[in-house]
Amino acid sequence: MDKQVIVSPSPHVHSGESTSRLMFNVVLALMPAFAVSLYYFGVGALIVTLLAVGSCVIFEYLIQKFLMKGNPTITDGSAIVTGLLLAFNVPSNLPWHIVVIGSLVAIGVAKMSFGGLGSNPFNPALVGRVFMLISFPVQMTSWPLPVASRLQYLDAVTGPTPLAILKEGLKNGETISQMGDKIPSHMQMFMGLMGGSLGEIAAFALLIGFAWLLFTKVITWHIPVSIFTTIAVFTGILWMINPETNADPIFHLLTGGVMIGAIFMATDYVTSPMNPVGMWIFGIGIGLLTVIIRVWGAYPEGVSFAILIMNAFVPLLNRYVKPKRFGEEVKRNG
Amino acid sequence: MSSVLLFSIIMLSLLGVVLAVILYLVAQKFKVFEDPRIDEVEAVLPGANCGGCGYPGCRGFADAFVKAEDVSSLFCPVGGNDTMNAAAAVMGKTVEAKDPEIAVVRCSGSPENRKRIVQYDGASSCKVATSLYSGDTGCQYGCLGLGDCVAVCKFDAIYIDPVTLLPVVSDEKCTACGACVKACPKFIIELRKKGPKSKRIFVSCINKDKGGVARKACQVACIGCGKCVKVCPHDAITLENNLAYIDFNKCKLCRKCVEECPTSAIQELNFPPRKPKVEAEAQVEKTE
Amino acid sequence: MLKTFSKGGVHPPENKISAGKSIEILPLPQKVSIPVSQHIGAPATVLVAKGDKVKVGQVIAQSAGFVSANIHSSVSGTVESIDTVLDSTGYKRQAVTITAEGDEWIESIDRSTELKKDIQLNAQDIIKRINESGIVGLGGATFPSHVKLSVPAGKKAEVLIINGVECEPYLTSDHRLMLEKGHEMMVGIQILMRALNVEKALIGIENNKPDAIKYLKSIAGEYKGVEVHGLKVKYPQGGEKQLIKALINREVPSGGLPIDIGAVVHNVGTAFAVYEAVQKNKPLFERVVTVTGKNLPKTANYMVRIGTSVAELIAAAGGLPEDTGKVVNGGPMMGKALTSTDVPVTKGTSGIIVFQSKESKRKADSVCIRCGKCVSVCPMGLEPYLLNRLSQRMMFENMEPEHVLDCMECGSCSFECPANLPLLDYIRLGKAEVNKIIRARKN
Repeated sequence: MDKQVIVSPSPHVHSGESTSRLMFNVVLALMPAFAVSLYYFGVGALIVTLLAVGSCVIFEYLIQKFLMKGNPTITDGSAIVTGLLLAFNVPSNLPWHIVVIGSLVAIGVAKMSFGGLGSNPFNPALVGRVFMLISFPVQMTSWPLPVASRLQYLDAVTGPTPLAILKEGLKNGETISQMGDKIPSHMQMFMGLMGGSLGEIAAFALLIGFAWLLFTKVITWHIPVSIFTTIAVFTGILWMINPETNADPIFHLLTGGVMIGAIFMATDYVTSPMNPVGMWIFGIGIGLLTVIIRVWGAYPEGVSFAILIMNAFVPLLNRYVKPKRFGEEVKRNG
Repeated sequence: MSSVLLFSIIMLSLLGVVLAVILYLVAQKFKVFEDPRIDEVEAVLPGANCGGCGYPGCRGFADAFVKAEDVSSLFCPVGGNDTMNAAAAVMGKTVEAKDPEIAVVRCSGSPENRKRIVQYDGASSCKVATSLYSGDTGCQYGCLGLGDCVAVCKFDAIYIDPVTLLPVVSDEKCTACGACVKACPKFIIELRKKGPKSKRIFVSCINKDKGGVARKACQVACIGCGKCVKVCPHDAITLENNLAYIDFNKCKLCRKCVEECPTSAIQELNFPPRKPKVEAEAQVEKTE
Repeated sequence: MLKTFSKGGVHPPENKISAGKSIEILPLPQKVSIPVSQHIGAPATVLVAKGDKVKVGQVIAQSAGFVSANIHSSVSGTVESIDTVLDSTGYKRQAVTITAEGDEWIESIDRSTELKKDIQLNAQDIIKRINESGIVGLGGATFPSHVKLSVPAGKKAEVLIINGVECEPYLTSDHRLMLEKGHEMMVGIQILMRALNVEKALIGIENNKPDAIKYLKSIAGEYKGVEVHGLKVKYPQGGEKQLIKALINREVPSGGLPIDIGAVVHNVGTAFAVYEAVQKNKPLFERVVTVTGKNLPKTANYMVRIGTSVAELIAAAGGLPEDTGKVVNGGPMMGKALTSTDVPVTKGTSGIIVFQSKESKRKADSVCIRCGKCVSVCPMGLEPYLLNRLSQRMMFENMEPEHVLDCMECGSCSFECPANLPLLDYIRLGKAEVNKIIRARKN
C-alpha cells in the first residue's frame, strides 16, 4: 500500500457530539428566559447580560493566554454559558462594575484557579453570584419591578420579590392570608410578573428550556425532578401543618431561583454527580437545604447556597455511589 | 460592644489553649520512635523522591540505609558518590565509589533514516501505541516518539527532538534514576556508564530482525553482520539475534567499531571530531 | 415491544450498504498464507513441510491442547514456505504459505449441495467432529467451539442462544448467511442443541434485518425447539452478555461465563460451519467476508478461502480508492485498523471496511467536562471517565476494584464522548496492566 493510511485503536467512528454543541444547546435553552427578561426588564436586562457574557469570555481568554500561558478555549462555549447564568442570577439594575467583578470571580477564582473547564468543584456562576451577594448586599437585593422600568438601567423602580415579601411579613407577625394581595398569584408568578433576577422570574420560559435540554439529550431528568419533588414534598408537609405561616408548594417552586437553579445550575456537568443514584441524592440534598434556608434561615432565598453546599459533596457521592455493575447481583464464588 | 470583644477574645484564647494541649497529648501518645540517624541521612539526600534507588522516596532510602547491615548494594543515582559518602559518614560506614551512569536511547530511526508507512492517530502514549500495533514504520522494535519517557522524567532531562522525533538525553541533568527505562514499552532506553568526559559508545539499535529486513525498514539499523565483533580489540562486543551489543564495562572507547560499522548503527557521543582521512594520508606521505 | 438490554448502548449510523448483495464466491487466490494462530488459545503445531503437496480440507497444523484448534488448507497445491507473515497489527506471525494449483478437495468431504436434515451423530461425536474441523467462534472472538460445547462438571446448559444480531455497522455477512443458508443454519442449530442436550434455542436478530427475521420465523416451525426473536437496534446488542440479558433476562456474573447461568452462545456463522462439518464432513477453510465502504466502487459479501490476501478482496471490489483514509478489519466500533492490505483473511475476519480520509481522522481531544455520557452508555455499568483518568496517571492497581476487567472494549464510551477523549485507548492499557498485576500476584 503506497498511500499512507491512518492507524488508530478502535472505535473508528464517533457520534459527532461535542462540547461546543452541548454548550450551544444550553444557550438556546436559555433564550426563552432571556426573551422574557427583555420584555419585563428592558434595557437593564440587555446591558447586564451583554456585560456578563462579554466579561466572562474576555477574562477567560486573558487568563488562559497570559496567566496560564496556554491556548484559549473560549470557543467551547462554556464561558458564554457561565456569563449568561451569572447575568440571569442578578437584578437588571446591577451596576456595571459589580457585574464585571462578579464575572472575574466566577471565571478567575471559581473556574480557572482550579485548572479550567472540568476541574472546578463549585458552580462558577453561583460562586460569582454568592460573592456579589455577600459583598454588595444592597445592590444585589434591590429588584426592579417587571414592566415598570423597561427603559431605565440604574434608575429602575424597585420592589421586593415574593420570597422577600413572605420573609418580611412573617417577621412582622403577619399571616399569609393577611399578606394577601402583596403576594402575586400563582399564574402571575408562572408568567413572570414578579420581582426577581433576570432569569428566575418566568417559570414557563425556563420549562421550555428544560424541554429543549431533555430533547437534545444535554441533561437527564434526574436532578431537576429530584429537586422539584423534594421541595414540593417538604414544603407541602410544612404547609399542611400550618398554612398561615408556610406558603404552599407551588409558591415555593415558582419563586426564587428554584426553576433556574434546578434546571440550569444544579445540572452543570462539572459540579454534579455522574450517575443517577448520586444525582437523586444530590437533588434531594439541594431541595432540603433550600427549604431549610428559606424557612428557618436568615436569607429569603436559599437555592444558591444549597447548590454550592451540595457541590462540595459531589466528590464523595462519586466515590461511594457507583453505578450498578452488569452482573453484580449474581456473585460468583471462588 | 467591648464586652462582646472581650468575651470573644477570652473564649477563642481558651479554645486555642485547650486544643493545643489536646494536640500535644495526642502527638506524644502516638509518637513513633525512629532512629534519629534516619533524619540525618535523609538530610544529605537530594530530596527528589524519584525512586531511582529502588526505595519509596528519599525517606525510604534513608530508612533502608540505616537499618541495613551491608550497604554496598544501596546507591542513590541522583546524588551520586558525594551523597553516598555523606550518608556513609553519618553511619560511620564506608561505601565504594561507583561510576556515574546515564540513560542512553538506543534508536536512531528518525524519519530521514526510517520511513513512516502509516499515520498514527491514537492516544499520545507509547504504551497505547505498542499494544495497538507494531509501529508506524517497518521496524517493530524502534522508537515511537510519543514521549512516555519525557512524561515520567522528574529532572527535565529528556525531550523529543521535533525533527528526528527521537528522545534526546541531557548530559548535565540526567541522574540515571531509571524512570524512563521503565517507562519505555519497547525497552529502547538503557542505563549505561557515562564514561570519562561523558564519552560513550553504544549500538544505537535493538532490531532483532534479519539484516535484510532490518535494513529495508531503517538505513541505520544493525544488520548483525558481526564486523564490529571481529574488529574490537577488547572483546567488548557480542552478537545475538542479529543484534550487536557493546558491554560498557569492557569498552575502552577506541572507536574501531564505529569506523567499521557499514550502516553507522554504532554511535559515539561527545568525542572530538576525527581528523579527515586525506590529511592523515598526507601526513603519512610527508614522513616517508 | 422489542426486547433489548437495559443498561447503556449507543446508536452508530448503520450504513448496511452491502445488505442487498448476495454471497459471491471470490475467485480462487493464487497463493494463501494461513496463520497457525487464528483462535484464542495455543497456536497450532505445523504438520507439513516446505514442498509438501496438500489438498483442500487437509489438516496442515494440529491443535496444540484443549483450548486450541486445527488449521486446514483452503487450497490445493504446494507448500511454498513456513515463515512469518504480517498480521493485522503489523507484527509478524507464523503462517503456512501455499501456492495454489487447481482446486482438489480431500475425498472425505461431501460436496453435494442438497440439505441434509437427519443428524446421525450423538452428542460426544458431534463435539469431536467440531473439534477436528477446526471450528471457532466466527463472530470474531474465535473461541474454539468444542471447548464451549464441553460443559464443565457442576454446570448445566439450559438454553442455546444463537447470535444473528450483527450489531456492528457496515457488516452484513451474517445477514446474508441467514437469508441464503437459513435451512442449513437451522440444522446446525439442532446439531448444537443435541451436543449440549438442550431443548430450546433462541435466535436473536436485530430489527434492521426484517427480511431475515421474517424468513427465519417462517422456517422455524420445521425445527423443533427453535425460536426467532427480533431485537431492538442498539449497539452492542451482539455482545453475548447483552444478548443473553435481552433474550432471557439473566446477567452473566462479573468475572463469570454464560454457562454459569445456563446459557451457551454461538454465532450464526458458527452454526452454519457446524452444519457443514457434521453433515458434510467439511472442515472450516472458508467464510463469508463483507467488503464495504462508502467510496468503494463495489460492495460485496464474498465467500473467501482462509489465507487469501485482503488486497485481493479489495481488488475484487474495484480496488482501493484514491481517497482512502483507513482500512479496518472488522466493524467500525471494535475492528482493527490495518497497517497494510498484505495481510491474510483469517477465521475471525468478518468484514473489511474502507474509510475515506474525511471519515478517518479523529477530532482533536479537549478536556473531560464530566458530563457523564460515558457512564450512561457503558453497557457493563463502568465509569470510563474514571478508568481513563486512573490509567493516564498510571494508578493501575486502583482500576481493579473499579471492575475494569469487565470492560468488553465495545467502544461506546469513546464513541459518545463530547470531548473526543481516547477513553478506550487508556482503558485497554489499564486492562493489560491489571492483568499483569494479577499474574504477578499469583506467582
